[in-house]
Amino acid sequence: MAVQIPEDRLKIARLSRISIVDVLLWALRIGVLGVVIAGTIGTLINGRYGWTQWVDFVVFGLTLGSIYAQIALGYTMVYGVLRLINFAHGDFMMSGAFSAFFVANAFYRSGFLESHPVPALLCILITSMIVSTAVALLAERFAYRPFRRVVGLAPLICAIGVSFFLQQTFRGMFGSSIRAYPDPSWQRATISFLGIEVQAVELLVIGLAVLFMIGLYLIVQYTKMGKAMRAVAEDGDAAALMGIDVDKVVVFTFMLGGAMAGIAGVFYCFVYKQVYFYMGFTPGIKAFGAAVLGGIGSIPGAVLGGFFLGLVESVGPALFLDGLGIPGPYQLRDVIAFTLLIMVLIFRPNGILGERLGKKRA
Amino acid sequence: MSIAILKAPSVSVASVDVARTLRMGLLLGGVGVYLAAVGILAMFNERWIIVGLLTLGYGVLGLVYLVAGMISARRGAGLMTALASGILSGAIAGLTVSVLGLVIGPFSLQSVFTQLNGKLADSLALGLAPLSGLLVMLGIGAVCGAIGAILRFTPLTVRRPLVIAALVTVTAGLFQELIQIMLQDGPLTPVQDLIYEWEGLTAQGAAIVFVVAFILALIGVQISRRRARAAAAKANADSGQSLTKMGMIFLVLVLLPLMGGNYIGQVLLLVGLYILMGMGLNLEVGLAGLLDLGFVGFFAVGAYVTALLTANHPMAILHLNFWVAMPIAVLASVVVGVLFGIPVLGVRGDYLAVATMGLGEIVRVLVVSDAAKPLLGGPLGITQVPKPAIFGYGLTTPIQLYYLTLVASLVAGLIAWRLEGSRLGRAWMALRDDEDVAAALGIDRIECKLLAYGLGAAFAGLAGSIFAVMLASVYPSSFQLVVSINVLALIIVGGMGSLPGVAIGSLVLIGLPELLREFGEYRYLFYGVALIFMMQFRPEGLMPSKVRKRELHAAMGETSEPAVPTARAA
Repeated sequence: MAVQIPEDRLKIARLSRISIVDVLLWALRIGVLGVVIAGTIGTLINGRYGWTQWVDFVVFGLTLGSIYAQIALGYTMVYGVLRLINFAHGDFMMSGAFSAFFVANAFYRSGFLESHPVPALLCILITSMIVSTAVALLAERFAYRPFRRVVGLAPLICAIGVSFFLQQTFRGMFGSSIRAYPDPSWQRATISFLGIEVQAVELLVIGLAVLFMIGLYLIVQYTKMGKAMRAVAEDGDAAALMGIDVDKVVVFTFMLGGAMAGIAGVFYCFVYKQVYFYMGFTPGIKAFGAAVLGGIGSIPGAVLGGFFLGLVESVGPALFLDGLGIPGPYQLRDVIAFTLLIMVLIFRPNGILGERLGKKRA
Repeated sequence: MSIAILKAPSVSVASVDVARTLRMGLLLGGVGVYLAAVGILAMFNERWIIVGLLTLGYGVLGLVYLVAGMISARRGAGLMTALASGILSGAIAGLTVSVLGLVIGPFSLQSVFTQLNGKLADSLALGLAPLSGLLVMLGIGAVCGAIGAILRFTPLTVRRPLVIAALVTVTAGLFQELIQIMLQDGPLTPVQDLIYEWEGLTAQGAAIVFVVAFILALIGVQISRRRARAAAAKANADSGQSLTKMGMIFLVLVLLPLMGGNYIGQVLLLVGLYILMGMGLNLEVGLAGLLDLGFVGFFAVGAYVTALLTANHPMAILHLNFWVAMPIAVLASVVVGVLFGIPVLGVRGDYLAVATMGLGEIVRVLVVSDAAKPLLGGPLGITQVPKPAIFGYGLTTPIQLYYLTLVASLVAGLIAWRLEGSRLGRAWMALRDDEDVAAALGIDRIECKLLAYGLGAAFAGLAGSIFAVMLASVYPSSFQLVVSINVLALIIVGGMGSLPGVAIGSLVLIGLPELLREFGEYRYLFYGVALIFMMQFRPEGLMPSKVRKRELHAAMGETSEPAVPTARAA
């Protein structure tokens, strides 16, 4: 007994489905786009910034982007394998940065950091990676493993708990003050090129980031464990049936993610020259946004999203906001980043490179 | 099962699972080391439970050893085996902790770990020479481990009163100042003289408190067991129970500030505000399943609107009466809640959490920024918000404001309670459990979700409004993300979707740290641990709603049998 619904009724129903909500969402899109365009035009007409400054912004954006991309890689891999937003990932970075600080500080006092930058840097990177990895593995073992088969909000809330726990642990152990990361002369060096002065550290960060990302890509693409990882990300149950030890893969994923976070921690120290217990939170959330932007679960996506976010955040205040005459546009850097994050979550949860994940989530 | 019981338990100590025992001992020893490194131990050592005998720090260490013994003793293995493994793992834990004390000095750990100083090393050696300190610590570990192992073998009817008595004693020791003030200058002064001295419990006082609490708890457990059995006989007789529980909680809430003075009033005021917010977030998370981490935004709207409408400050738009401004503030929160909800309507689950957090952060950064300074006062905020008054009778002290909050939360609680069982409440729960199915059943998702955001925001707006008059000023720094996390933590600890749970969670998570001021530094550490543990071991919370409990336990495949039969097996 199928009930016939007249065609015009259906049309009305469909029209009323295009509700106020849709209208408002469109208004939001157009509004944000309008602000961006108006601001850009205003800034360009103003001509307050010369092109060397723009290059500066871009280089700084790429540097920030390397940090975000490095963190986003961990998010994306863990999400791919476990479908878990690892809220504490930014805090893994924080733990790496703290250990980097202690090693660098010791080297700085002994003069080793000044005289032998390369071995010192290697030591710092390795320590940071080891500590971040250890923290990531501990978190996996004690906090996340019991939730392997649990869906819903419980794992996420637990992850928030882990984030808090790590922050407060570091606060308890090392105090709540902001500590200055040592600044030897080679970190302050600049390179001029075609009349543009660029900080050497920024180039170093970008270069190292690209290097590590290529390394990660090779591991994931060409090692047996990487293959297993991709298989689990594709379909965990089927992978288990094929004889893949899912637990091992998860541990491996956290290891890789932790190591990447550790590298990001060192980069953060280079760029901001400070460490404190709360430092991981904002970059962590932003990097999550970057991972979603690139398409969560996709490694090239995370890199792309990270660099894009870094660029938008660095260029944005000058380009979009200054032209509108908003006072103190640089205070609103985070607003730009978070707006981007929310727009992506609302309008394009699949991301740029994301494919099939759209409907599966929730 | 019956065969396993009939089989004679093997008594040989050789059957101790050494590897597991060692692992547990080291793990719990690691917990002890952690407590020392974070600085909790040193801080807890400042506080006596029993004067001259036991500090809170040593108490916590003892508890750690006891837990080591408890988890390494396995019931199946027989008492002697369990005892042996309990002693072993307790001793290992003790050894781990005292080794930390020994290496602090030689390795100058303090240069990195600020808390690991000489004083801590001394206290870990119990003030003795290093070697003898280590031996004594080992002994303490072994004894506590043994007690833990034995505890595992005591029947529940005795174990529970023991635990309760220990808790009561510790509470009596920790809150001595407060209790002494309450007992002072009343008919109970002799009691005070008997069990307390200047700084805390005396040894005899502790013994008296412990024994009295034990006997009372023993009787209490017997009665409640009998009642549970009677209830089991009459199916489903406990429907009145949650009402009684709630009634008792509110009775305590009404009487407490009268006994405890302004300080207690201040603490309870804060608790009340968090109860209001908790009830609001409970509608969103507990009922509708919308994990909203931008919740603090609604609280901020309530506070700022109240301040803008009432303050004697150049930034204020109007100078209204509080009673006029409050409804406007609540309304504004509702509007903001709905506006906030619209963009994230289509975002689900974990993405929603991040999106709402992002929205909240945007609001916070905007408020602090120079761009919004002419409107909202920037980081300096808006000051001189006047206190409300009823018929010329000013509500100025914390206690008076607390009663305002109490009335507000009673009204709000009534609304929340009626909402829970209403058509809308059931629609929310359906949405929470499966959005697609709910939609297929004809539930209007958009309307339901927006109502959840709007109503949840109303509660937070009300709390914010009172918060503004409480502080007599609003600063953006009061509206950090932590507030959202606090509220989330309290409804999780209390029990998602349960109203008495909100009250309990708020008392435990907001009230306790306020009372134990000097531990306030570690409250967020405790929140983190609480979130992790609650999610792992008791996802339904301390005081779960009935439906929720049933669902969760059905999902875990547990039978709904009461805990009575376990006692028989022992």
